[in-house]
Amino acid sequence: MKKILAMLVAATMILGMVNIFAVAETTATGSVYYLNFKPEQAEQWEALAKVYTEQTGVPVTVVTAASGTYEDTLRSEIEKPEAPTLFQVNGPVGLKTWSDYCLDLSDTEVYKELKSDDFALKQDGQVLGLAYVIETYGLIYNKDLLAKYCALDNAVIKDASEINNFATLKAVADDIQARKDELGVLGAFTSAGMDSSSDWRFKTHLANLPIYYEYKADGIGTTEAIKGTYLDNYKQIWDLYINDATCEPAMIGGKTSEDALAEFTLGEAVFYQNGTWDYNNCINGGMTDEQLDMLPIYIGAEGEENQGLCTGSENYWCVNKKASQENIDATLAFLKWVVTSDEGRDALANQMGFVTPFKAFDDGYTAHNALLDAAARYIAEGKTSVSWNFPTMPSETWKNNLGAALLEYAQGTGSWDNVKTAFVDGWASEYAALAK
Amino acid sequence: MAKNGLKKKTRVANHILTVVFSLVSILYLYPLVMMVFNSFKKKAFISRAPFALPTDKMFAGLSNYELGISRTNFWGSMVWSVVITVLSVFLILLCTSMCAWFISRVVNGWTKTVYLLCIFSMVVPFQMVMFTLSKLANTVQLNTPWTIPIVYLGFGAGLAVFMFTGYMRSCPIAIEESAMIDGCTPLGIFFKVVLPILQPTYVSTGILEAMWIWNDYLLPYLVLDIKKYKTIPIAVQYLKGGYGSVDMGAMMAMLTLAILPIVVFYLACQKYIVSGVMAGAVKG
Amino acid sequence: MTNTIKRYWPVFVLPTMLAFAIGFLIPFVSGLYLSFCDFTTVSNATFVGFSNYVKAFTDTSSDFLHALWFTTAFAGLSTVLINLFGLAIALLLVRGFKGTNIFRTVFFLPNMIGGIVLGWLWQVILNGVLANYGRTLVYNEWYGFWGLMIVMLWQQAGYMMIIYISGLTSIPGELIEAAEMDGANSWQVLTRVKLPMIMPSITICTFLTLTNGFKLFDQNLALTNGMPSSQSELLALNIYNTFYGRTGWAGAGQAKAVVFCIIVVAIALIQLRATRTKEVQQ
Repeated sequence: MKKILAMLVAATMILGMVNIFAVAETTATGSVYYLNFKPEQAEQWEALAKVYTEQTGVPVTVVTAASGTYEDTLRSEIEKPEAPTLFQVNGPVGLKTWSDYCLDLSDTEVYKELKSDDFALKQDGQVLGLAYVIETYGLIYNKDLLAKYCALDNAVIKDASEINNFATLKAVADDIQARKDELGVLGAFTSAGMDSSSDWRFKTHLANLPIYYEYKADGIGTTEAIKGTYLDNYKQIWDLYINDATCEPAMIGGKTSEDALAEFTLGEAVFYQNGTWDYNNCINGGMTDEQLDMLPIYIGAEGEENQGLCTGSENYWCVNKKASQENIDATLAFLKWVVTSDEGRDALANQMGFVTPFKAFDDGYTAHNALLDAAARYIAEGKTSVSWNFPTMPSETWKNNLGAALLEYAQGTGSWDNVKTAFVDGWASEYAALAK
Repeated sequence: MAKNGLKKKTRVANHILTVVFSLVSILYLYPLVMMVFNSFKKKAFISRAPFALPTDKMFAGLSNYELGISRTNFWGSMVWSVVITVLSVFLILLCTSMCAWFISRVVNGWTKTVYLLCIFSMVVPFQMVMFTLSKLANTVQLNTPWTIPIVYLGFGAGLAVFMFTGYMRSCPIAIEESAMIDGCTPLGIFFKVVLPILQPTYVSTGILEAMWIWNDYLLPYLVLDIKKYKTIPIAVQYLKGGYGSVDMGAMMAMLTLAILPIVVFYLACQKYIVSGVMAGAVKG
Repeated sequence: MTNTIKRYWPVFVLPTMLAFAIGFLIPFVSGLYLSFCDFTTVSNATFVGFSNYVKAFTDTSSDFLHALWFTTAFAGLSTVLINLFGLAIALLLVRGFKGTNIFRTVFFLPNMIGGIVLGWLWQVILNGVLANYGRTLVYNEWYGFWGLMIVMLWQQAGYMMIIYISGLTSIPGELIEAAEMDGANSWQVLTRVKLPMIMPSITICTFLTLTNGFKLFDQNLALTNGMPSSQSELLALNIYNTFYGRTGWAGAGQAKAVVFCIIVVAIALIQLRATRTKEVQQ
C-alpha cells in the first residue's frame, strides 16, 4: 500500500514537471523572428514590426545583436528551438558559413522585387540572400567648421572642394590640429575609438581601401592570399586619424562610437569617418542638413583624385530554411510587406534612410538627406565609387586581430609589423581554416 | 594603574578605528554613489567627467531612466528575473532537501555515489557543460522562465544537497524514529519533523542559491529564449551594443535600477543573509 | 526505518536526480565525448580522437596557454589579496568598536551585486581614473589584470570577512587570555592562537576565492572583454569565445573546456587536501 502511495506521489511530481513542459507555448500560426544586424536602426525596426503585428496579428520580434557580436549571437540563437526566421549574412564569405540555413528565395515575391541580380547572393543557381540596403561611407565633415577654417589667414585651402587627395587632406588636418584653439575645436578628427562599438570603422571599413586598391591593381575581385601592397597607405591614414584627433592615441582603446559621435555633433572635431547609416544620429545630436557633407577617404593611392565614396552592401537577408513552414511563410509575407507597403517603404526610406534595391521604392520612396545627396553628387560628377570588399575578408577573427594590432600600434604597445602580420598572414591562415 | 592605562589606550585606538573605518566605508560605497550621480548626467559627460556632480549643464533629469527602461523593457526583465529566481529557489529547496534527507538516512553504494556526484558538480566550471546543457535544455523545451528552474535544479543541486546533508548528518534521528513508530510515513516524517528542524538551513541555502541565480548571466543567456525573456543581467549586457553604441547614460540608469532592489533586499534581510553565508561556510 | 524510507526513493530522490541528469550529468558526459569529435551540433558529431586537443593548444589567435597562465596568476594573486584583506578587516572588526555592525554591512554589500553589473560600473570608474594618466583599461593586459583584481577585491573581501568573523568569534576567550598571561604579544597571539583556530575558515575561504578566480567570467566579459588582442582573456572567456566566436572551432572549445575542468577539479582536490592536513596537525 505504502509503496503504491509512494509511486503515486512520485508520478504526480513528475507529471507536474511534464505539465510545465506542456505549458511552454506552442504557436499555431507563423511568427517572424528577425535577428537584426544594424543597431543604428534597431528602434525603427522594432516600431515597424509593431505596426505589422497590429495590422495582421502576426507576431514579429526584432532582436538586434550588439555590434561585433552578430556571428556569435546568431550561432547561439540558431541552435534554439525558436531560432531566427530572418537573419543576415555579409556576403559570399558569410554565406559559406550559413548556406545550410539559407532558403532558396528564387520563387519568392520579395526576390522578384529586386531591381537586378547584382543585388542577389547566389550559390549553385540558388538565390540565398537579398541585399536590402545600399550604403555609402566616407569622411563626414562639419561644413561650418571647415568653412571657418578656410576663412582663416594662411589656410592651406580656400574651399572644401580642394581636398581631393591624401596630401591635401593631411595638410589641412595637420593645420587644423595645430590651430585647434584658434578654431575652437579639440582636433581635426573625432577619436578613432577602438571599443567594439566603434572599431569596425577602422578594422573593416578603413581596411577596405587598401584591399580595394590591391584588387583593382591586380584585376581581381577576391583572393585567398592578400599581398598588402597598399599597407603603407593604410598606415598613413591611420597615423593621421590617431595623431590629428581629439584625444591622445593611447586613449582610443576606451573610446566608443558614442564618444566620437558626441565630439562630432558638439563641434569639437571637423572630420568623422562614418556612413549614411549614421545620419539620424548626427541629426539627433543637434546638427542640421546644412552642416553635413561627406568627403572620400583618400589614402594616397595613384589616381585618387577621381575616387568617390565607398558604396556597397554587406547586408543580405536570408530566410532560415530550418524554420517551420508556417514561420517561413510568415517571414516571406513580412518581407514582401516591408518592401511594397506604404508603411514599410516609408520606414525604410524615410525613417531608416536606406537606399534600397527594390523596384517598388521608385515611386516616391527615395531616401533623401545630406549624406545620401553627397553620395549621389559624387556619382553625378563621374567619380568612381569604391566598392565594398570587406565581405571578402576571411572571418571575424581576422578583423578582430587586425583591430587589436591597430590599437596596440596606436597605443605604442605594438609595432606596425604586427598590423602587417595580422593583415597578410592572418588573411592566409584564416582562409586556410575556412577551407577545412 | 597600568591596566587602566591599557584600557584607555584601547579606547583611544577604538575611536581611531571608528574614524578610519568610516572613511574606508565611504570610499567603499563611493562607486555606487558615483553610479547614481552619473545616471542623472547627459551621456556625453559620463566618460568625460565621470567624477563630477551632475550640475545644470550636465543634468539630464530622468531621461536616461526613460530611455533605458524603454530600450531594455526593464520592468519585463525584472519580472522574469523574479519569476526565475523564486521558482528555482523553491524547487531547489524542496527537491534537494528531500534528496539530502534520503541519502543521509539511507546509506548504501547508490546514495554515496549520488553524494559524491553532487560534490563533484559543485567544482565543475559551467563552460564544461555550456554547449551540451543549452542544447539539451532546448531540445526538451526548458527555455522559458517557467521551465528553466529545472535546469537550475540540476546544475545547482550540488551545493544544496551538500549543505543539507551536512546539517542532517549532525541531526539526531531519534525523533524521526519515534515518529515512525507512531505510524508516520516517511513523507509525513519529512514534512512534519525534518522540515521544521531544517528551517535555518533552508534560509541559508536559499539565500546562496538566490544570489547565484539572480546574478547569473551565461546560463540564461544560452538557454532562455532571449527574444522573449531577458533577465536583468542579459538586459544590461544587451544595452551595451544592441543600439549601436554604449549609451552610458542609459547604462548608468539601468545599473542603478538593477542594484537598487538588491540593496533594499539586503538591508531588509541582512541578518539572514549574513548568517546564511556563515552557515554555508561552516558546513564546508 | 531505513528500509521503509528506501521504498520511497521515487519521491525523495527521483525529481532531483532527473533534473541533475538534465542539468549536469548528461551534458557533462556528452561534453566529454564531444571533445573528441568534430561537430557543429550535437547530432552531426564525428569521432576525431585527440585532434581537438592539439588544435586547442596550438591555436595562435586565441592563445589558450596564455589564458591559462594569466588565469593562474590572477586566481593565485586574488586568493592571497582577498583573504589578507578580508582577514585584516575581520580581525579589526571583532574588536567591537563603535559602528562595527554598519561597517560589516557596508563591506558585504558589493557581494550582492552581479558580475555583469559590477563590470560595467567599474569600467567607467577605472577608465575615468586612468584617463588622468592618458591610459585606458585596455592599454595592455596588466591594466585589465589589476582592474579585475580591484573589482574582485571590492566584491569578495566582504564575503570572506563574514566567514572570518564567524571563525574568530568562535575562538574561546580563555584561550587568548591564557596566551596573553603567558606573555605573548599580539602578533604571537595572532599567529600561534587565532590563525590555527580559524584554520577551517581559512580553508573554505581560500577554496572559494581560488575557484571563483579560476571560473571568473561575467566581470571579465563586462570589464575588458579580453581586450587588447584577447590578452586579458581569462580561461572561461577564452573558451566561450573559441566556442561561439569562430566557425569550426566548437570541438577545440569543448576540448579546452575539458582541460579547464580537469585543472579546476585538481586544484580543488589538492588545495582541500593541503589545508585539511594542516588543520589536523594543529
